[in-house]
Amino acid sequence: MNVLNFIQSFFSDGSHWHGYDGIPQRVWEHLQYTAGALAIAAAVGLPVGLVTGHTGRGGNALAFVSAGARALPTFGLLVLMFVWLGLGIVPVMIPLVVLAVPPILITTYEAIRTLDPSPVDAARGMGMPERKVLFQVEVPAALPLILSGLRSAAIQIVSTATIAAYVSLGGVGRYILDGLYQRNYEKVVGGAALTAILALLVLVLFWAIARVAVSPGVRRRRTA
Amino acid sequence: MNGFFDIPSDLQSSYLGLISTHMQEALVPVLVGLLLALPIGLLCVRVNWIYPPVLWITTVLYAIPSIAFFVVLIDYTGLSKTTVMIPLTLYSLVVLVPAVVDGVRSVPEETNAAAAAMGIGSLRRYLQVQLPIAVPAIMAGLRVATASSISLVSVGSLIGNQGALGNLLTTAMLYHRPLLAVNSVVTTAVLAVLVDAVLVLLRRVLTPWQPASGRRAKRRTSTIAGAARTPESVS
Repeated sequence: MNVLNFIQSFFSDGSHWHGYDGIPQRVWEHLQYTAGALAIAAAVGLPVGLVTGHTGRGGNALAFVSAGARALPTFGLLVLMFVWLGLGIVPVMIPLVVLAVPPILITTYEAIRTLDPSPVDAARGMGMPERKVLFQVEVPAALPLILSGLRSAAIQIVSTATIAAYVSLGGVGRYILDGLYQRNYEKVVGGAALTAILALLVLVLFWAIARVAVSPGVRRRRTA
Repeated sequence: MNGFFDIPSDLQSSYLGLISTHMQEALVPVLVGLLLALPIGLLCVRVNWIYPPVLWITTVLYAIPSIAFFVVLIDYTGLSKTTVMIPLTLYSLVVLVPAVVDGVRSVPEETNAAAAAMGIGSLRRYLQVQLPIAVPAIMAGLRVATASSISLVSVGSLIGNQGALGNLLTTAMLYHRPLLAVNSVVTTAVLAVLVDAVLVLLRRVLTPWQPASGRRAKRRTSTIAGAARTPESVS
C-alpha cells in the first residue's frame, strides 16, 4: 500500500514532468544508454555466436569467456572504469557491454548448435553454399532463441543502467540515487517503478519483434 | 606504502572479514532461493497452468533494479544484511525455478512409470528419483544464480556499509584510491570463479553416473549445460 502511494504521488507531481530532471529527459537518457550498449553487445556477440555455432568450433573457449565475463562484478567494473577513465559515457558503456555480451553470445551459439540437423543437411545436400545455409536455414529456425538471448541482455542492461547515476550520469537511476541521499523515498520508488516499466516495455517490444520476424512455420513448431 | 590488502579503517573490517561477509551475503540468498525453488518447482510441474504466471511474476520482480529494491526495503529491515539478501533471494528464484522445472520435466516418462510401479509415492519420487536426475540442470541454474549473486552484493555498498567487498568501491571513489577498486573487482571475480569450480565439483560428485567424458559424446545437444536458459541477472 505504502509503495503504491509513493508511486502515485511521484507520477502525479507536476514538477517531475519537465526540465532537465524531468521524467521524459531521464527516460530518454536511459533509453540511449540501453540502446547503445545493446547495439555494441549485439555487434560483438551475434557474429561470433553465429560463426562458432555454425562451425561448431570454439564452444569451449566461448563457455570459458562467458563464464569469465559473468564472474566480473558489473558495479565494481563501473566504479573501476570511472576511477581509471574519469567522467564520461565510456566507463558506463564498458560494464554494460561486458554484462550483455555473454547471454547474447551463448544463446546464439546454442540456438544454432542445437537445431534439428536434418533441414541443415538437406540444404547442404541441395548444394546451398555455407553462407546461405547459415542465413537462410539456420538463422530463421534459430531466431526465437536468438531473440530470447537479446531480450534477456536488454532487460539486464535496462535494469543495470540505473547504476550509471552513481558515476554522475543521468538516466532513471538518477531518481533512485538522489532519492536515497535526500531520504526521499517517493523519488526512489518512482525511479524503481520507471525502471520496471521500461523493462516490461522491453519484454513487449521483443514479443512484438518475434511476432513479426519469426516465420510462422518455426513459430508453430515451437509452441507445439 | 599501503599494502594491497590493507583495508581502510572506516570499513571496520579486515580483508578476510570482507570476504566472509561477502560470501555470507551472496550464498545464503542462493541457498534460501534453492530451498524455495524446490517446492515451487514441484508445484509448477504438477499444476501446469501455474508455471507461466510464476515466470511472469519472477521476471517482473527481476526487472526492479537491486539498488531500488534495497532502498525500499530499508523501511522494513533497516540497514542490515537482510536488506541486501532479500532481493538476491528473489533474483535467484528467477533462474532456479525454471532450472528445477526443466530438470524435472526432462526425467524420462519410463523412469517415472517404473518408480510409480515400484510403489514409490509422489513426494518420495520427487525427492529420490526426479531431483537426482535433474541435478545437472539445477546445478547449471545454481552456477548462474551464484555468479550473479556474488556480483550483486557489491551494490549493497550504495545503501551504507552493506556491500562487503563493494564497500571498497565507495572508499576508492571517496579517497580516490583506484587500487582499492581493483582489489574489490579482482577479489570478487576470483571468489565467483572459485565458488563456480566448487559447484562443478559438487555436480560431479552428485551425478556419478555421468562419466566426465560422457558429456562430450552427445553431439548436437548442448555442450554448455543449461546455457540456453539465459541468465537474466541484474545489478
